Amino acid sequence: MWEVFVRSRAGLAHQHVGSLHAVDAEMALANARDVYTRRGEGASLWVVPATEIVASDPDDKESFFGLDEEFRHPSHYVVPDGVVGI
Amino acid sequence: MYTQGLDQAEPLGDEELSRLGERFEATVAAEEKVEPTDWMPDAYRTLLTRQIAQHAHSEIVGMLPEGNWLSRAPSLRRKGILLAKVQDEAGHGLYLYSAAETLGVTRDELVDQLLAGTAKYSSIFNYPTLTWADVGAIGWLVDGAAIMNQVPLCRCSYGPYARAMVRICREESFHQRQGFEVMTVLAQGTPAQKAMAQDALDRWWWPSLMMFGPPDAQSVHNDRSLRWKVKRFTNDELRQKFVDMTVPQAHFLGLTIPDDALWYDGEHWVFGEPDWTEFTRVLSGDGPCNRERLAARRTAHDDGAWVREAAVAHAEKRRRADVVA
Repeated sequence: MWEVFVRSRAGLAHQHVGSLHAVDAEMALANARDVYTRRGEGASLWVVPATEIVASDPDDKESFFGLDEEFRHPSHYVVPDGVVGI
Repeated sequence: MYTQGLDQAEPLGDEELSRLGERFEATVAAEEKVEPTDWMPDAYRTLLTRQIAQHAHSEIVGMLPEGNWLSRAPSLRRKGILLAKVQDEAGHGLYLYSAAETLGVTRDELVDQLLAGTAKYSSIFNYPTLTWADVGAIGWLVDGAAIMNQVPLCRCSYGPYARAMVRICREESFHQRQGFEVMTVLAQGTPAQKAMAQDALDRWWWPSLMMFGPPDAQSVHNDRSLRWKVKRFTNDELRQKFVDMTVPQAHFLGLTIPDDALWYDGEHWVFGEPDWTEFTRVLSGDGPCNRERLAARRTAHDDGAWVREAAVAHAEKRRRADVVA
């Protein structure tokens, strides 16, 4: 199994679009082109063996990512009326 | 399969080089992004490597002045905010080191250059944080100036740098706001607190203006940087935008900008000339805290050596255990 990442146009990051079967990297790239970019969706493709991806466990979400502390967001701070550019 | 531009062993012929050069210039002129695997002129690679590395070093050294107040923040909330901000600066440094590495330089080389004192970083971080108000002034002025510099970099022609800057700018807004909040509380506090806020503004104002770099007439990299769309505005243009934005904010706080030459011409705030000899001196290593900052980085690097060694040893041990099992 191979995971497929497409860069839709130069300047953007590659994004995961799905996966496919192939016997080697070359076939994975050709298959990814045929399966995921038939309508010119891509400027560049990455294929990565699925077994090479290390993933976090969704069950550990809370302990792994911890608290979302409100004060890390700009919306936590009140910008006084009349102040521009903060 | 693609070939990595960096790995090309065979030198290219003149004709091929001029064809690639034309294509590169056309890509940049058309506002398209250059990606790590694309061919690029050596001078573009050098320019970007230097700029991104300096930017990364600035984020890392930039943790030190504020880190000075982590243990003495006036409340638990302020401490949490300051910790989160310093943590963000570390993250920004790491995004940027990674972006620099896509140009072919290694992380070890970059760190070595910083520790050896051969790499530059923003002159602003060589000033001391003497009072709590300095934490407010840094968020308000230094991060405000950084945002002014960094927002146009989100449109930089080099893809990995532009993408790192998008992330950084998104996170930077909270930095500026918490600083302005600290300044607001002090400026509206007791006379002693207000005096502390004014003193911080007095000391950070001119160094903040110097963050935009030397005047255009003396800037050695402006032209090429603008043509290759690494920079979008000149140093002086950004400095003026910053002054125009910040002066009314200081007025809101009831604080005085320490510049006798400051006046409003109906469109812009006209300001006095920063002390460029001070800028050159601080940048070349002779500011109030240059030695202290580098010494702190070296100590941190040396003190962390056992962690790096232990991580490698642990990974090796687990690999051996896997092989046996």
